[in-house]
Amino acid sequence: MRDATTARAGLPLPGRPALYGARGWAGVAAAAGLIVFIAPLLNLAVPAGAALHLSDYSVSLLGKIMCFAILALAMDLIWGYTGILSLGHGAFFALGGYAFGMYLMRQIGLDGVYKSPLPDFMVFLDWKAYPWYWSFTDHFWYALLLVVLVPGVLAFVFGYFAFRSRIKGVYFSIITQAMTFAFMLLFFRNDTGFGGNNGFTDFKRILDIPIQTPQMRMTLFVITGVVLIATLLLARFIVTSKFGRVLTAIRDAESRVMFSGYDPLWYKLAIWTLSAVLAGIAGALYVPQVGIINPGEMSPAMSIEIAIWVAVGGRGSLVGAILGAFLVNGAKSWFTVAFPEYWLFFLGAIFIAVTLYLPRGVVGAFAQWKARSTSAKAAGSEPAQKAAA
Amino acid sequence: MRTPLYRLPPLFLRIAMMAVLASALWLPGVTRAALPASVIEKLALGETEDKIAAVGEVVAAADPEGLNFLLLLLDGKVQTVANKQAIIVRDGKAVDAVTGKDIAPPPEGAEDIILNNRLRREIEAAIAALKLVSADRTARLAAAKALEGGADEGMLPILAKALEKESDPEIKALLLIIQASVQLKSSDAAVRLSAVKALAGSSSSSTKTVLLAILEKKGDEWAEPDAAVRAEAQISLEAVERRLVTGQRIGQVFSGASLGSILLLAALGLAITYGLMGVINMAHGELIMIGAYTTYMVQNLFRAHAPGAFNWYLLAAVPMAFIVSALVGMVLERVVIRFLYGRPLETLLATWGISLMLIQGVRTLFGAQNVQVENPVWMSGGVELLSNVVLPYSRIVIIGFSGVVLLLVWLALTRTRLGLFVRGVTQNRAIASCMGVHTARVDTWCFGLGSGIAGLAGCALSQIGNVGPDLGQSYIVDSFMVVVLGGVGQLAGTVYAALGLGVVNKFLEGWAGAVIAKIIVLVFIIIFIQKRPQGLFALKGRFADA
Repeated sequence: MRDATTARAGLPLPGRPALYGARGWAGVAAAAGLIVFIAPLLNLAVPAGAALHLSDYSVSLLGKIMCFAILALAMDLIWGYTGILSLGHGAFFALGGYAFGMYLMRQIGLDGVYKSPLPDFMVFLDWKAYPWYWSFTDHFWYALLLVVLVPGVLAFVFGYFAFRSRIKGVYFSIITQAMTFAFMLLFFRNDTGFGGNNGFTDFKRILDIPIQTPQMRMTLFVITGVVLIATLLLARFIVTSKFGRVLTAIRDAESRVMFSGYDPLWYKLAIWTLSAVLAGIAGALYVPQVGIINPGEMSPAMSIEIAIWVAVGGRGSLVGAILGAFLVNGAKSWFTVAFPEYWLFFLGAIFIAVTLYLPRGVVGAFAQWKARSTSAKAAGSEPAQKAAA
Repeated sequence: MRTPLYRLPPLFLRIAMMAVLASALWLPGVTRAALPASVIEKLALGETEDKIAAVGEVVAAADPEGLNFLLLLLDGKVQTVANKQAIIVRDGKAVDAVTGKDIAPPPEGAEDIILNNRLRREIEAAIAALKLVSADRTARLAAAKALEGGADEGMLPILAKALEKESDPEIKALLLIIQASVQLKSSDAAVRLSAVKALAGSSSSSTKTVLLAILEKKGDEWAEPDAAVRAEAQISLEAVERRLVTGQRIGQVFSGASLGSILLLAALGLAITYGLMGVINMAHGELIMIGAYTTYMVQNLFRAHAPGAFNWYLLAAVPMAFIVSALVGMVLERVVIRFLYGRPLETLLATWGISLMLIQGVRTLFGAQNVQVENPVWMSGGVELLSNVVLPYSRIVIIGFSGVVLLLVWLALTRTRLGLFVRGVTQNRAIASCMGVHTARVDTWCFGLGSGIAGLAGCALSQIGNVGPDLGQSYIVDSFMVVVLGGVGQLAGTVYAALGLGVVNKFLEGWAGAVIAKIIVLVFIIIFIQKRPQGLFALKGRFADA
């Protein structure tokens, strides 16, 4: 990422560029329309069997991938724009999921297998009451607060110590990997009080509304889509701001940023914490849609996969991150059905091919191809400035 | 069935008796009730508390049929129909548990009996108690060991029965201690006194807990009212503690050294590829796995073609594991990694991709299950230092092996031409190149060396753990931690870090359990890096000394 592309594109200084041009806003509006109006219509109003019907399977798959896209945006902010590769975002994602999962577990009420007010796994452990950290989790708003606070505080503390001692590059990656690994081990224990191996599952209700209905599925889908678009706009707002330019500068030449009188610590810490919070929100949206959360989400392999979504789409490009999440996860859900034994080969090949041949991802390759074709057509005309977006 | 078990009848008779016993339980249409109906009903239909009480009754009766029923219950073979009738379901056939009558066809809607963890523990303890009267010595020993610390008053009759029959001194001693620990709850001070005296011979930690409880004060009252018993308990406690502490120390140091040597083997190759070359090789764990699978292949070849020399297959497996892993590593370096020098994050991702492909490749070739790698005869067994400390030969051999590998690596880096070139290239690539060193070739060889050592680690690991496609994944985080903690570019740092982590980990495991210990160690490393990051930034500087 040394060869900064943004620097060459010549960002206007010091004024603040618009978030998107007319075409960009049109794209955002189209996506919003698709998610909020068209998808519910096709799923709920068009009868099953009709050509245009959007199946329940597709809705939950797309909903899941949109959660991953939020996660990819979080990753892109910290890796693509700030140059910090986190291999621990799976932990933040899962913690957000667990925080909301606690609420969902409380909502099961007396409908568990043992008809007890405690979750089944606690009955199984012969526990008589909720442990202290489960207190108040039956309140929806408190659960939402936890979704933001738990990953946020953890990331703040972890990041403060790491960035303060100027841990960067691969060292940071490795200790974040160790962090998620430690969390995975912790959550695998039954005595931790989060269901051990099996995690949380078998959810029944949100806000006392049954969860397994097409309407609820669609509602969650729409909420996820809206959050995704909001995240995209927020991220776009950040990376086009002065704050965002400092982040990019930290990515490209951290010591020069320090020599210019900035303290990178607080910039890095702010974006790192925000990124973790976004990951937590993605996790909280993921859990009710997928219906399960377990410590497997915290495995180092899961976290490193997030990086490859962003790499495939294109680091330092917000649309790229979303695109990458859709491409890789779409391929995954197709492969694991069609050729389950070849998925890991394919995923491994993506890792290698992207790092070797597509350092700027699909979006970067497309921009390059477009730049080449336009310059071939009209030599000397304006180079593809939009490519940087 | 009235024959005492220790006077063993001839084998065929025993088999015949077992068959009779089995048929009494399994064969449909036999009208004999295995257990009193009330007990069965409580076990199958009662609340948790009732069930536990019923388990106690079964133990008190010391009836072998009770053992069978508990085993069935634990196995999920006992079901209930409409919360009224208990049935035993086997091979699609149902039998009424109380009357033993055949129920055909099997009733609809039979429900499993749900056992929570507490009940499960109770049943397991009861099964162990009932197994104490088994005819097989190893079964009795295992049962006695399982009961250490888990016995209760309900088991006294069966313990007495077992003690009376027991002829083996080791099991007898164990049983006496178990009995004594139960007798401590007796209301007769004399019984308690003799029990406390008997406990002095124990070297089990549960005995210590029991003795400590005696010496406790609850408010102003002693838990044990009799002063003589307390004094005796104090003496016994000291004896037990002395034995425990010595055993524990030796055991911990040894298992720490053993874990350390494994970490060292796993991290040594990484210390070369990462520490000296600056390549983040996430596929290092998979190179370890390849070494383990090579050992497996060599073992199979020996078994098929030279069964006489099977005990010495490791002599061939060690160099083969090195060569195969080194070749794989060199191919990787040529094909992928060399394009990514100087871009550590990209290297990290690409090598992760390689590791995924290697895992899937091995899974396709050998199957997803673990494969069986057998120890040679001379590596099985161990030295028994104390009753609670056994040092397995396989671990001793691995400690020695890692020492030899370390020595060879050190020699290779300091005494050979390749080592000289490697050090030269890491110090200053451009100048080394000017001096006529073929730097690209040195990179390949160096990477091959690191990978080959990973193969050796795999060969060693195959002797003490499971060999499966995921073998490497479990070591990758640990070995990176060792290298990061030890400081980059130094073999000495790697050695200290590996041994230190191993011993600290094992000592922590002693009081916090394996998972928590591991978490504490990871947190400790993260904090340590905060405090001493300078070792971490040595990548750009000069770090020649191996």
